[in-house]
Amino acid sequence: MREIQEFSLDELKHLLSPRALTGETVVLNMGPQHPSTHGVLRLILELDGETIINCIPDIGYLHTGIEKNMESKTYTKAEVMTDRMDYLFTVGNNLAYCLAVEKLIGLPVPPRADAIRVILTELGRIQSHLVWIGTSALDLGAMSVFLYSMREREMVMDIYELVSGQRMMTTYIRPGGVWRDVPSQFNELVQRFVDIMPKRIDEYESLLTHNSLFLERTQNIGKIDVPTCLNWNVSGPTLRAAGLAHDVRKANPYCGIEQYDFDIPTQTQGDVYSRYLVRVAEMRESLKIVKQALDKLPMGPSRTYNPKFIPPPRSEIGISMESLIHHFKLWTEGFAPPAGSVYTAVESPRGELGVFLESDGGTKPYRVHYRTPSIPLISAFSVITPGHMIADMVSIISSIDLVLGDADR
Amino acid sequence: MNETLQTAVNGISSRFKVQVSEFQGDVTLLVPNEQIVDICRALHDEFGFDTLPLETAVDYYPQTSPRFNMVYGLYSVKAHQYLFLRAPVDGDTPHIHTVEEVYKSANWREREVYDLFGIIFDGHSDLRRLEMPPGWEGHPLRKDYPLGYEEVQYTFNFDEIDLRKPKGER
Repeated sequence: MREIQEFSLDELKHLLSPRALTGETVVLNMGPQHPSTHGVLRLILELDGETIINCIPDIGYLHTGIEKNMESKTYTKAEVMTDRMDYLFTVGNNLAYCLAVEKLIGLPVPPRADAIRVILTELGRIQSHLVWIGTSALDLGAMSVFLYSMREREMVMDIYELVSGQRMMTTYIRPGGVWRDVPSQFNELVQRFVDIMPKRIDEYESLLTHNSLFLERTQNIGKIDVPTCLNWNVSGPTLRAAGLAHDVRKANPYCGIEQYDFDIPTQTQGDVYSRYLVRVAEMRESLKIVKQALDKLPMGPSRTYNPKFIPPPRSEIGISMESLIHHFKLWTEGFAPPAGSVYTAVESPRGELGVFLESDGGTKPYRVHYRTPSIPLISAFSVITPGHMIADMVSIISSIDLVLGDADR
Repeated sequence: MNETLQTAVNGISSRFKVQVSEFQGDVTLLVPNEQIVDICRALHDEFGFDTLPLETAVDYYPQTSPRFNMVYGLYSVKAHQYLFLRAPVDGDTPHIHTVEEVYKSANWREREVYDLFGIIFDGHSDLRRLEMPPGWEGHPLRKDYPLGYEEVQYTFNFDEIDLRKPKGER
């Protein structure tokens, strides 16, 4: 085991004010094992009294080399690793990867699979926002919201378990469609969730939206404006709370999401409270999408029939020699997309989740890069936090909704 | 190719020496290493590519010149268009100028590329490792960096492999 070096003040002096070196200001380490950092985020804060002058985020404590590992696996096997990045939006990670593979090959997806994908990713967004609303209220001292939101999150987890057998790491979305068709109870479970949720969101709002303690901790805190967001490439609810209605689902629609009727909620203040309002409104919009997609869930196959890339149905393997050969080749060697590089993006609950995929014509991806929304969000701390009190830091971190697995990969 | 993209591609190719290619709808310009900042600034200021969602590298080892390609994905929020740039980086002296002055988000993206590929960004304000701990040896996403599997020892070759195994202090 190599010895791990610690930063010296000398290495960081270009990021601190000159007063730090004379000892006039205090350099304080927050995290990585701090309950309010939502994972293992380390912040090096320069403080003048209780006021933050400089903030240096340090990530990498969850780095697992997923991009490197994916290069040594076939396209199908590499997908399993993508769930493990953003553990609150696992289906979306699968979807971004599958869209990239499909774009590389030019593989069509049947409408039923598209609708199922939309339902699952929008449920994923609601589920992620539920975890966010619970934990961020918990950080600000409101304990009860967490218990309620986790109760509703369980309903989404049950739906995931029903369709894939797994609560979180589903790998249900596969290149060319989904793993297999949804079970018969699926519609009923989703319908029940859609019916219950609007009332439950009202409940969360009654606990927080007009709560004066919550307002004091969130209004006019952690402001960021649109030009700064764009320059630092901050996307998602943080950008929309600042006032720009940009959403990948509207700008570059995927999975036929353009056929559903939904709005992009925006606010103008760009503070912690606006981000809260945007996310709550987004949950309602996502419910609208899920409802519409469920109502007109088309019948038909749930994955493309193309044995060169997609494993043939089990029923065919016993009676057709070609299917048996295709199946064997796909599970031993994998499929080989044409050489080239593509980029696809989906809207994650945190912003734009993009996949850059390069193929050299072989059966393993030559290079996979996940453009994750958390990295720009964390890097923007250095512009958001200066001037705030250290107690506001907690509310800013929680409002940004960062997932360190997403940032570190 | 859409109209905004066509204007930008025409505008850039009339001024700089670039090669245009298109694959599955993604338009990529192969740009000279030295002019990356000028091209990014022109695209940012004149053609409305106001944000940089993607910045990463690809390693083409054992090819040495160019060994790496820097990949930039520029995005125009108004036109909803992506434009990709590729700049070759030599293997022996992996240097390229930072685009941090144009896009602030390049700061951390370039730190990541420096960390995982070992490409040096000239003029970068804070070139430290991002993901790996400080003091780490090597750059993990290079193709000549081993994945780190352990060799499987059987009874017949146990001693032979045991000799080769790195003996760390535990």
